[in-house]
Amino acid sequence: MIKNLICVACPLGCPIEVEVDGTQVVSVKGNTCKRGDEYARTEITNPVRSLTTSVKLEGGMHPVVPVKSSGAIPKDKMFQCMEAINSVTIKAPVKIGDVVVENILGLGVDIVATNCDSGK
Amino acid sequence: MEYDVAVIGAGVVGSLITRELSRYNVKTALLERCNDCAMGATKANSAIVHAGFDAVPGTLKAKLNVRGVELMKTFCKELNVPLQNNGALVVAFSEGEKAHLEKLLDRGVRNGVPGLYVADREELVKLEPNIGDTAVAALVAPTSSIVCPYELTIAGVENAVTNGAEFIRNCQVTAIDYTDGEFTLATTQGEIKADYVINAAGVHSGEVAALIGDNSIEIVVRHGDYYLLDKSQGTLASHTIFQCPTEMGKGVLVSPTVDGNLIVGPSAEDIDDGDDVATTEFGLDKIYTMAIKSVPKVSLRNAITSFSGNRAHPTTDDFIIGSSAVNEKFINAAGIESPGLSSAPAIAEMVAGIVNDLAGGLERKADFNPVRPEPVRFRHMSTEERAELINKNKAYGRIVCRCETITEGEIVDAIHAPAGARDVDGVKRRTRAGMGRCQGGFCGSKVVEILARELGVSMNEITKFGGESRIMYDRTK
Amino acid sequence: MLNYDLVVVGGGPAGMAAALKAKEEGVEKVVILERAETLGGILEQCIHTGFGLHYFGEELSGPEYAGRFIEQVENTDIDVYTDTMVLNVSDSNVVTAVNNKDGLLQFQAIAVVLAMGCRERPRGALSIAGSRPAGIMTAGTAQKYVNIDGYMPGKKVVILGSGDIGLIMARRMTLEGAEVKVVCELMPYSGGLQRNIVQCLDDFGIPLRLSCTVVKTHGKDRLEGITIANVDERLKPIPGTEEYIECDTLLLSVGLIPENELSKDAGVDLDMITNGPVVDEYRETLRPGVFACGNVLQVHDLVDYVTEESQIAGKGAADYIFGKKKGGTFINTKGINGVRYVVPQRVNIEGEKKLKLYFRVGQVFKGARVVVECDGEVLSSRKKVKLAPGEMENVVITPEMLKKMNKDSEIIVRVEE
Repeated sequence: MIKNLICVACPLGCPIEVEVDGTQVVSVKGNTCKRGDEYARTEITNPVRSLTTSVKLEGGMHPVVPVKSSGAIPKDKMFQCMEAINSVTIKAPVKIGDVVVENILGLGVDIVATNCDSGK
Repeated sequence: MEYDVAVIGAGVVGSLITRELSRYNVKTALLERCNDCAMGATKANSAIVHAGFDAVPGTLKAKLNVRGVELMKTFCKELNVPLQNNGALVVAFSEGEKAHLEKLLDRGVRNGVPGLYVADREELVKLEPNIGDTAVAALVAPTSSIVCPYELTIAGVENAVTNGAEFIRNCQVTAIDYTDGEFTLATTQGEIKADYVINAAGVHSGEVAALIGDNSIEIVVRHGDYYLLDKSQGTLASHTIFQCPTEMGKGVLVSPTVDGNLIVGPSAEDIDDGDDVATTEFGLDKIYTMAIKSVPKVSLRNAITSFSGNRAHPTTDDFIIGSSAVNEKFINAAGIESPGLSSAPAIAEMVAGIVNDLAGGLERKADFNPVRPEPVRFRHMSTEERAELINKNKAYGRIVCRCETITEGEIVDAIHAPAGARDVDGVKRRTRAGMGRCQGGFCGSKVVEILARELGVSMNEITKFGGESRIMYDRTK
Repeated sequence: MLNYDLVVVGGGPAGMAAALKAKEEGVEKVVILERAETLGGILEQCIHTGFGLHYFGEELSGPEYAGRFIEQVENTDIDVYTDTMVLNVSDSNVVTAVNNKDGLLQFQAIAVVLAMGCRERPRGALSIAGSRPAGIMTAGTAQKYVNIDGYMPGKKVVILGSGDIGLIMARRMTLEGAEVKVVCELMPYSGGLQRNIVQCLDDFGIPLRLSCTVVKTHGKDRLEGITIANVDERLKPIPGTEEYIECDTLLLSVGLIPENELSKDAGVDLDMITNGPVVDEYRETLRPGVFACGNVLQVHDLVDYVTEESQIAGKGAADYIFGKKKGGTFINTKGINGVRYVVPQRVNIEGEKKLKLYFRVGQVFKGARVVVECDGEVLSSRKKVKLAPGEMENVVITPEMLKKMNKDSEIIVRVEE
């Protein structure tokens, strides 16, 4: 079976054609880089995404500070991760790269701050 | 709460009446069902002080328009409201319409309007270089002016409050009882007692009169859509350009505003719901089609907003001003459609006069101050004035609205003014923050922040214009 | 009066890159004037990733991308005034600004870089009929409420416009618990990046309706619903296709407009199509010593290109300050046959370096060629899998090509199907 994907690895958005046999990827066509090949393979077997959101901040210039997942997380775990992140409150000051949630849901991925807030 | 006079409706009419009454030792309350004044027809009309040639001689409209034009100058001076005497043109596009101009000219002369004459095409093109090719002649009305109707209203309320009147918001009158020579008004802010009631409830004035059993006032809601164009278009016309009037009103006009934008409208459509101020595709299309006949360069590419207002059209075709037949202490100021804004100062004078007569002469306040101090308008200041202003108060150094160059200081002033702003639109009307081409895209959230801070509430309690018009919901987390 | 070699108006990615480049080129006194409380510009609220792949070779969030430049600025002696609004740039390059600490400030500059960015088109520009309740806002305003202020602007959302900001906000609102009912797009194609349609809409099952617009808003105080309708080829709503959708929020992502009020006041000539200044390959406007870069010059879809462009402007400004910028013979560039515009609009044929012309197409093309020609001669022709209005493209002009041109030449970029 042929599956058509749009690569999300970078803003180019290459249209990719993946030949699938059951759960096995037979071939990947249309990608213009190695990351595209990787993307296509995981998208068929175990789709993942990086997650960006914010976390509640106490004593900061702003009431929230942005965060991202340090690596990709399974697509179907998005909302569970959101819940876990929303239950956390951190305190200012915070710097870019500070780990906010370690190994979220045991997925081997950290949630890290992506902006700084030196506090009020 | 007990008052001598309760004025229902804080549009331009009710507000100026309240200000007139505040000249006397009379305890007056101005009751407004919305969160601010100027929320009905006052905030959405053509913003013209008409010369007075349009009304049928002998009518209240004719009399009060001409008197209003005279009084408007004093009112605007005292209240520090910009009034710009830009003159008006009524354009004829055919020989038939040209004949109508003569009729208007004659009417105007009989109404006592000075300076009217008919200009031929050659002169018309000199007066308005952007006029449409099919225009053949125009009636020139040099005494016509433009004014910002909500600014006049806000200034009127501020001045009235400064002189002792009370402004009560979110106060809708639901029932009126008259016992032992006193009115008792049931309102959404509790019971209010008053010796006199003035009905200035705009499109709802018929309903309000009915509360005392006066069913004589029939109001038709006449809906009109407008476009407001960017300031870069404000010079497309220097006069207020009318077309020949029709049964439904003065037709579509193209006019500069005192703030330098270009206003185009209104459409005219009779509707049932006086609170329905939704613009219609039909109306917007129509005013555009008609406007380009007058000024072909009008382009919707430069529209920054569209809005609509409901005029209170009386079935009698004339203003209804005076004591109700049911109760002389209940005074109607109803059916105030065009030229309502132009007449408003004269209506105020007239209504205050009626109260004065009924009361057998009111006592003048010794310390009445007719002047509303001019608000800080940073955008109109020179570099030196700005430097001096910021030296005195640093808040004037922080620009909140980029498009209109409005400072934090001006917004704080607007919130703490007498009868000050309580919501985002209130700030907008008082300061012009959010009035510009980005329409609050950048400054909207800052205005919410400042309102919340100054009023001591949280950001999600701030509304766009009161009621349920909350801008934000709960915290994200 | 404060004296500076270079005054940069705007401390977003464009302003910072221009200032840093000028500094690197040896310009001594550089100042950045930023209207927000911090440097970074709009990137501060763009907390999603996708920035920096070209420039840094890694995928960063907006604040991270900005953060790298902020750090560099902090490590130089570039002066920075935040919370400072520029009011005017005079004929003699005196920049007047205000803030609430120093009051009124005046900077005498040799060169000025304009980097004020862009703003979103508001509802008024669309003439949607209906009521004007709370709950109608631009996608960017909503982004600020959610990402900076930490408030939800609504719970049941419709988005008009499938530009990237609209798509990104569809995902963001969904992640924060809102229900995004539909994204409507007036055009028959999306203005956003394909990857954003996949990961912001498809991932969450949010429908994208093309050739569809909002024709009416309903609700008195807060928005209660909207009516959408399909549009015909002339983009006019088709009667009978109206559909009511209940929602409390309408986000508008219907285009960005370079913010050139200051430029206009300063007498800088603007391009009617880009809405940005007319510039040459050094990003100098027609007013000598005044440069422009970033979204104030042309709306970009990738910040990486903003950085690239701003470095050119920074270098240009430095050359101007050092008197290295000689005259030249400038000819016009022009986009035709599907190419809406070309930036820079002017090119010096005496230039000795390779340069890039950036452009956007007016509609989607598949398998078409991008042709560059001059005086009837084809200079380059490249086949592209896809060209879309949402994606900025570029073509290269080499010194060899320039040598063939004369003062009456015109460089034309066009699409050939």
